[in-house]
Amino acid sequence: MKTICINCPLGCPIEVTESGGKILVRGNTCKRGHDYGVTEYLRPVRTVTTLVTREDGAVVSVKTSAPVPKDSIFELQRHIKTLRVPLAVKRGDTVERNALGLGADIVVTGVPPVAR
Amino acid sequence: MTDFDVVVIGGGPAGMAAALAADAEGARTLIVERDNRLGGILNQCIHAGFGLHYFGEELTGPEYAGRFVERVEKSRAQVALESMVLSLTDDRKVTYLSPEKGLVRINAGAVVLAMGCRERTAGAIALAGTRPAGVYTAGAAQRLCNIEGYLVGKRVVILGSGDIGLIMARRMTLEGAKVARVIELMPYSSGLKRNIVQCLDDFGIPINYAHTVTRIEGSPRMTGLYYAPVDERRRPVMSEEKYEPCDCLLLSVGLIPENDLLAGTEVERDGVTSGAVVDERRMTSVEGIFSCGNVLHVHDLVDNVSREAETAGRHAALYALGESETALHCYDARGERGVRYVLPQKLHADSGKVELFFRVDNVYRSCRIVAESGGRTLYSGRRLVLAPGEMEKIVVDTTGLDAPVTVRLEL
Repeated sequence: MKTICINCPLGCPIEVTESGGKILVRGNTCKRGHDYGVTEYLRPVRTVTTLVTREDGAVVSVKTSAPVPKDSIFELQRHIKTLRVPLAVKRGDTVERNALGLGADIVVTGVPPVAR
Repeated sequence: MTDFDVVVIGGGPAGMAAALAADAEGARTLIVERDNRLGGILNQCIHAGFGLHYFGEELTGPEYAGRFVERVEKSRAQVALESMVLSLTDDRKVTYLSPEKGLVRINAGAVVLAMGCRERTAGAIALAGTRPAGVYTAGAAQRLCNIEGYLVGKRVVILGSGDIGLIMARRMTLEGAKVARVIELMPYSSGLKRNIVQCLDDFGIPINYAHTVTRIEGSPRMTGLYYAPVDERRRPVMSEEKYEPCDCLLLSVGLIPENDLLAGTEVERDGVTSGAVVDERRMTSVEGIFSCGNVLHVHDLVDNVSREAETAGRHAALYALGESETALHCYDARGERGVRYVLPQKLHADSGKVELFFRVDNVYRSCRIVAESGGRTLYSGRRLVLAPGEMEKIVVDTTGLDAPVTVRLEL
C-alpha cells in the first residue's frame, strides 16, 4: 500500500508491505511516519463530519464521537442522512449511540438559530 | 466622550477573541457583526481539525466557535448582530446600520479590525468562457451546503487545491456528488498534506498539478469545461487541452483580506498581505486602530488567529484606557531571500520576546531561517521543509533593538 504521511509538512511518500506476518514501512523519515504507516495499513480510521436535518428543515452539523473504520464512511453517511433531530437540539447532544455498531456516537457540533 | 472603549468590527474567531481580551482588561467593549449570529466562517466549517493548539483537542469549526460564543455571552462585552459597519474614520468614529436602531454613529476609544477575508472569484482570476450557473467559490458552496442545506452540483470540478477546495471535495462526495478532479496551477498543493490524503486520496479523486481551466461551457447551466497543462511560465499549452463534463466548478484560488473599510482612513497597507501594516501590538499606522486575524494576513490555523486577536484586543483596551506604554524606537521588519512577508512589519525596541510570522515563496527542503538586525543574529534555526501553504513562526528578542530586522532563508 502506498500513501503520504500526514504528520508534518514534509509529507513523506510511504509504502507499507507485509511479509511473513511482519509489517514493513518504507519511505518514512521518523518514528511517527512508521506508526502512521502501520495504522493506515492495518485499520485506517476517520472522524466523519456531516449534517442531519432538523424538524424545521434546517441542517445541523454532527460528528462521530470517535474515528470509525474508513471503509464504513459511506454506509454511515447514508444512515446519518435518515436521522431527524428535534427543534430543541443543542450542541453536544447525542443524536444516536453506537451508530451501526461502529463504536462511535453521532454528536451535534453546531446548531443554526431557529427562525423567529 | 467615547461610547465604547473598544469597538471590534467582526464577530468571527478574531473578533470574539479580541473582544474577550479587551473585556478582561476592563474596557467597555462592543462587537459589531453583520451575520445573525457570532462565529463567522467557523459556523460553516463543519469538519474537524481546529483547536489542537489552543484547546489541546481536535474540534470542528462550530464547536471551536461555540466555545468562544459561550465566553462572550458570559463576558460584559456587548454584541450588535445583523449590524453592518459602513464607515470608519481616523479619529475612530464608527458608523453602522442595525435592524433595531437604524443608522448608528459611535465614538470608540480604540477600534479592532476583525473582518476576516473573502475569496478570489472567477473574475479575479480572469476565467475565460461563458458565465453559466454552476460556478461557485468553494466557500460559497460550503455555506450553501453546510448552512443552507443545498448541494450546488452533481458532477464537480475544483480549481485550486487550497484547503477549502479540498474540504469541499470530500463534503460534496459524501453528500452524493461526483467530484471528477481537482486542477491546480502550481506544481504543488497550497493545501495541507492531511487534506490531500483524507479528502482526495480516500475517495479516489484525481488531482492535476501544473494544470489550469482554459474555458467554461454551457448556458444557462454549465455543461463542462476545458483544462490544459501549463508551461514554466504558467501559460496553458492549448494543444494538450482536454474536456471534462461537469455541471459545477468550485474555485479555491486564494483569499483576500476584506479591508474595504480602510478606504476612509490613512491606515498604511502591506502590498503583499493586502492587510494593514502593524507593530507587535497589532496597532496600525493610525493610533488606536488595531487589526488581527484574516483581515490582517491570511492564516492557516484558527488557533493562531485567536492568539493574535488576544494581543490586538488587549493592547486596544490598554490604549483606550490610557495605559499603553509608547516605546520610542520602532524599526521595520521585512523578508528577504525566500521570505514573502514578515508580520508584524514594525517592531518597538525593548518590547520583550516577539513572535514573527512569515510565509516563504516556494517549497524549500533542508534550509535555515535567519533573522538579523544591524549585523546581530536574532534567530537562526534549521527546518526540514518549508512550504508557501504553511505559515512559519520564529521568536526574536527585541531587547536593545537598534536597527531594522530582516528574515531570510539560507539554503
